[in-house]
Amino acid sequence: MTTAVLFDNVSRHFGIVRAVDRVNLSIAEGEFFAMLGPSGSGKTTCLRLMAGFEQPTGGHIEIFGETAEGVPPYRRSVNTVFQDYALFPHLSILDNVAYGLMVKGIGREERRKAAEDALAMVKLPGYGTRRPGQLSGGQRQRVALARALVNKPKVLLLDEPLGALDLKLREQMQEELKSLQKSLGITFVFVTHDQGEALSMADRIAVFNDGRIQQLGSPEDVYNRPKTRFVADFVGSSNVLSADLCRRLGLKAAFASLRPEAVAIAPPHNGALSLSGTVASQSFLGATNRIVVDVEGARIAVASPATQGFPPIGSAVTISFAARDLYPMDDA
Amino acid sequence: MRSEKSNSAPLGLKIAAAAGLAFMHLPILLIFLYAFTTEEKSYQFPPPGLTTQWFAVAWNRPDVWAALTLSVKVASIATAAALVLGTLCAAAVSQTRFFGREAVSLLVILPIALPGIITGIALRSAFSIADIPFSFWTIMLGHATFCIVVVYNNAVARFRRISGSLIEASMDLGADGFQTFRYVILPNIATALLAGGMLAFALSFDEVIVTTFTAGQQSTLPIWMLEELIRPRQRPVTNVVAMVVVIVTFLPILGAYYLTRDGDQIAGAGK
Repeated sequence: MTTAVLFDNVSRHFGIVRAVDRVNLSIAEGEFFAMLGPSGSGKTTCLRLMAGFEQPTGGHIEIFGETAEGVPPYRRSVNTVFQDYALFPHLSILDNVAYGLMVKGIGREERRKAAEDALAMVKLPGYGTRRPGQLSGGQRQRVALARALVNKPKVLLLDEPLGALDLKLREQMQEELKSLQKSLGITFVFVTHDQGEALSMADRIAVFNDGRIQQLGSPEDVYNRPKTRFVADFVGSSNVLSADLCRRLGLKAAFASLRPEAVAIAPPHNGALSLSGTVASQSFLGATNRIVVDVEGARIAVASPATQGFPPIGSAVTISFAARDLYPMDDA
Repeated sequence: MRSEKSNSAPLGLKIAAAAGLAFMHLPILLIFLYAFTTEEKSYQFPPPGLTTQWFAVAWNRPDVWAALTLSVKVASIATAAALVLGTLCAAAVSQTRFFGREAVSLLVILPIALPGIITGIALRSAFSIADIPFSFWTIMLGHATFCIVVVYNNAVARFRRISGSLIEASMDLGADGFQTFRYVILPNIATALLAGGMLAFALSFDEVIVTTFTAGQQSTLPIWMLEELIRPRQRPVTNVVAMVVVIVTFLPILGAYYLTRDGDQIAGAGK
């Protein structure tokens, strides 16, 4: 399989700030790749390194086997969907979408047709004569997508493209992006701070923190088998069990992660592990209740089905979970 | 923002406003009135009679034409130079970060805050030290110093409203630096440049102080008028020319006002 984007020990330092620090990754052609992390973790800088808006201070970048260092953005077969969409306010929607073709010198009629096709693809046919200011946020985002895709990029970079949309629209766009990527077969590199978005859309996820990749793997891997405390905490707010608790449960590891939904408030059966504690707090989340149980000072969150109701705060409970849901990890 | 509270101002305020306007504009109307007087030696009020003959006289005076042509030429070239330099300066200050950026932006604005007489003296000594003979070009250079400021101020305000990602988006879509300037930056700053250029032209057109220090034997239109007032010859001709100057400077300023007012929606609509 061809490698679309390759980062070999890439760093980008701004003075003493190590925005990106010795990052290695290799994105396969046709892959939907997510870069997940909190703000300031280096994920957007990585995207900008791929787009060519930043140059690495160390390491080597290849895009489809060609060295990318020193190649300006306008000579890369990569297009970006910007976080603020960056539509040109003085141009009509059609001219916005056709912009990339226009600067390449493609004829008026041909680029009009291509732009209309692209608008139809993002389900905005007939919007060509409007101005960006007349469109809603969701529509602008589709235009930004069409404007990038009309150039037939080899890699499409998306910088938190769904961040400004409301929940309903975001879920709809997630599905559309996913199916668009499948049908076009283009490599998508997606930056987000929303773990749910990364988990539901990506083929593989790189979790960033402090300019470094903490873990790189499939959504399932990253979610169920976090390698570090940061990943456990950031991706789905796992419980992190201390060495003490691990030892009591018969596990030889510095730390272990435990998903809230793997824990039940019930006596153990079939050889499950159990701990006892008192209910410290609870909150209603809709489908589930989040109940925090205090086990000798360690707080363990439990996602319990809403149908089970709330145990009273302060009451003694037994929590149980299967040994295989306890996942040992390195300290970090 | 328009207030919808009340449509009518109190009577006292109306009178005060009318008095203020009269104070500012009646003298100008007097200038216009004397352009039509039949008395050519002194400004007596009321004028003994009205005539339009001075327009014809002014039309046929070569010294008027020489001064007018010089003023238009100086203003045009100073404005053109200011448009190029002011825009480049605004682009650098608003789009990039570099050491001393704040100082540069202050230094660019300084010439307009400095009294004209200082600018004039400074330029005059600089020109004589550099052995540059006073000519059309020295007048033009003197005017360009404050024309740049006007263009810069207009351009920098507009540049700040252009989101940086617009330029990145253009490059990302395959446009090189020149294409990005031509298709994205220029359309977004065009009205600001037009407004700045018009203001610069108007400023240059009626400038006296700096010109007196940087001109040789030539007179621009305002200098010519000053000389006419001191050594009058067919006095009302000066008034005719004054009317022309008012109109020539007023129209671009009005135009600039409308352009920048509508421009509010242009660059801010990107998000």
